[in-house]
Parts: sequence; structure tokens; C-alpha cells
Amino acid sequence: MTVIGDIFLLVGAVFLCLAALGMVRMPDVFNRIQTGTKGSTLGALSVLIGVFFHHPDWWAKLVVLAVFVLVTSPVGSSIIARAALATGLRPWHQAEDEETV
Amino acid sequence: MTRRFAMTFAGLLFVWILLTGTLAVQEIIVGILVAAGTAAISIRHLQWLDDVMLTPLLPLHLGRYFFTFFKALIFANFDVARRVVTPGMAIRPAVVRVHTELHSDLGKLWLANSITLTPGTLTVDLDGQELLIHWIDATPGTDLETATREIVAGFEKVLKEFLK
Amino acid sequence: MMGLEIGILGGIAVALLGIAVLLGAARLVLGPTVADRVVAADILTIITTAALVWLALVQDSAIVLDIALVFGALSFVGVVAIARALEKRS
Repeated sequence: MTVIGDIFLLVGAVFLCLAALGMVRMPDVFNRIQTGTKGSTLGALSVLIGVFFHHPDWWAKLVVLAVFVLVTSPVGSSIIARAALATGLRPWHQAEDEETV
Repeated sequence: MTRRFAMTFAGLLFVWILLTGTLAVQEIIVGILVAAGTAAISIRHLQWLDDVMLTPLLPLHLGRYFFTFFKALIFANFDVARRVVTPGMAIRPAVVRVHTELHSDLGKLWLANSITLTPGTLTVDLDGQELLIHWIDATPGTDLETATREIVAGFEKVLKEFLK
Repeated sequence: MMGLEIGILGGIAVALLGIAVLLGAARLVLGPTVADRVVAADILTIITTAALVWLALVQDSAIVLDIALVFGALSFVGVVAIARALEKRS
């Protein structure tokens, strides 16, 4: 049981790390939000599952935390994306001649 | 109004039991009082609860939704991880408009959240029946029909079963 | 103080979390726009929430889970507030 928990914890840490790496590597704020949100959400969920395998009696609070992360993280990133668009930031394009919305 | 109160009360009491983590009688009694009071104060602002269609099949639809959702979330993460570790820029981003058939606020919020957590898409804004979406790899095409089919269709079908 | 035996896998995972925090902090410092910094702060709070849950496990105290929950709630409100202010100002 604890080995499975350790593996989930490790996978969670890897995804959190990849999310942070995506934040550094991506060229504009929208792509940073994309890589950041997805990686950190699944990373946090995986850590929660890992802790559950170590401590099954904490399940109730872990469920509350998981639902909380699942609901707030996409809302937060959508609202930042909308603010970024409102402040006049335009998405990065590979080719110069493509039209924007 | 009664329906709204009942849903709020049940939800709050459930969260209370999860947070206290016990079924002791005195905790439950305090929980009932707190949940009833909070529900009485807040139902005026919870119009969105009317958007849920309460049917006996609701648990089944929710289960189907979460199955679809977690499959998409895990796939999304491997997709993003691949793009992050690929040298150079493995992305072809564009902002596209898509159309949704969900009319209620809760339905649109739920759909927008699902889209944000699925492969390569991020909801930027809601505009009536249209969503503005940042797409990390817009190779299939940026017109409304293609984008709607590629991004929205899968989730909308599942969500339409229990949301207006 | 008891606990703090996290094993090899746990050690690697803690190191990865540290790297993640450093990378997030780099984006927070580099910017270049306010939106970038808000995103970085958002990701850092999620990493911190996960780290707090982990701390609860290492210290074997469920009370830290409540701290993680309150921390997450407050940081979400903070991110929404900054984003709204950014939108209003423009």
C-alpha cells in the first residue's frame, strides 16, 4: 500500500514539475496558463491520491480538497486568461501572416 | 424555492460531515443547524441550482461525466508534458470561437471548466452562446464548425443529460 | 519530533517539488507582464497546497490538511481579485 502511495506521490511531483517547466518554456501567457493549469491540477490530485494510500482514514478531507482543486483551478486560469486578453495581450503565433480574432 | 433549499441544505450537511469526519449525534445536530441557517441566508443568490435536472438517473449521468472527464484530464497531461519536453516549440496556437447548446449559466460554467482541463484547450471568455477558446494546436481548422466539433461536442453530449 | 522518514522515492519527489517551486518563482520574477506573474503565483499556490498535504503526511497530523484547504481558498480569492482588478483597469 505505501509503495503505491509513494508512486502516486512521485508521479504527482513529476507533473507539478512539468507544469512549472512549461511555465518557463512557453512563449506567451495563454500557453503558460495551458501547461500550468493542466499539469498542476493532475499533479495535486495525484499527490492527494498518494496521501490517501498512506492514510486511508483521511479520505473525507482529501475528497474535499480534491473537489476544491478541481473546481477552482480552471476557474482561476480562465479568469486570468480573460484579464490578459482584456489588458491587450494577443496570442503568440508561429507564422506572422496568420489572422487573429 | 423549497427545492433550492433542500439541495443547498443536503449539500452543506454532506460537506459538514466530510469535514468533521464523524457521525456522532451532537456533531450532526450542530451540522443540521449550521446547514439550515446558511441555506436560509444564501438561497436567494443560488438561482443556478435550478439549472440542474433532478432525475433518478442523475448519479448515472454524473458517473458518465466523470469517466469522460478523467480520461480527458489524464490524456491532456501527457499531451502537455510531451509539448513541454519537446525541443523547439511543438505548438500551433490560435484563438477560436465555438458554439454551445447549453443555455443555463451553470451548464456553460461546467462546460468551460471541462474544456479548460482537457487536451490543448483553454476557455478565455463566455459571450452568449459562444465561447472564446485558446487552442494550443489548431491544426484541424479555426472555423466555428470544425472547432465546435473538435472541442465541445464530446462534453456537451454528456452534460446535456443533466443540465439545462 | 517524530516522522520525517520519507524514503528514497519521497526524497526524489521532494527534490522535484523544490525544482518546480524554483521554476515557478523564475516566471514570477521574469514576468514580463502582470498576467504572467499572476499565473506564476497561481501555480505556486497549487504546488504549495500539494506540498502542505504532503507535510500533513510526513508530520502525521491531519490538522495540516485544514491549513492546506484554507490556504487554497484564500489564494483562489486573491487570484480572482487581482484578475478582476487587472480587467477593470484596462
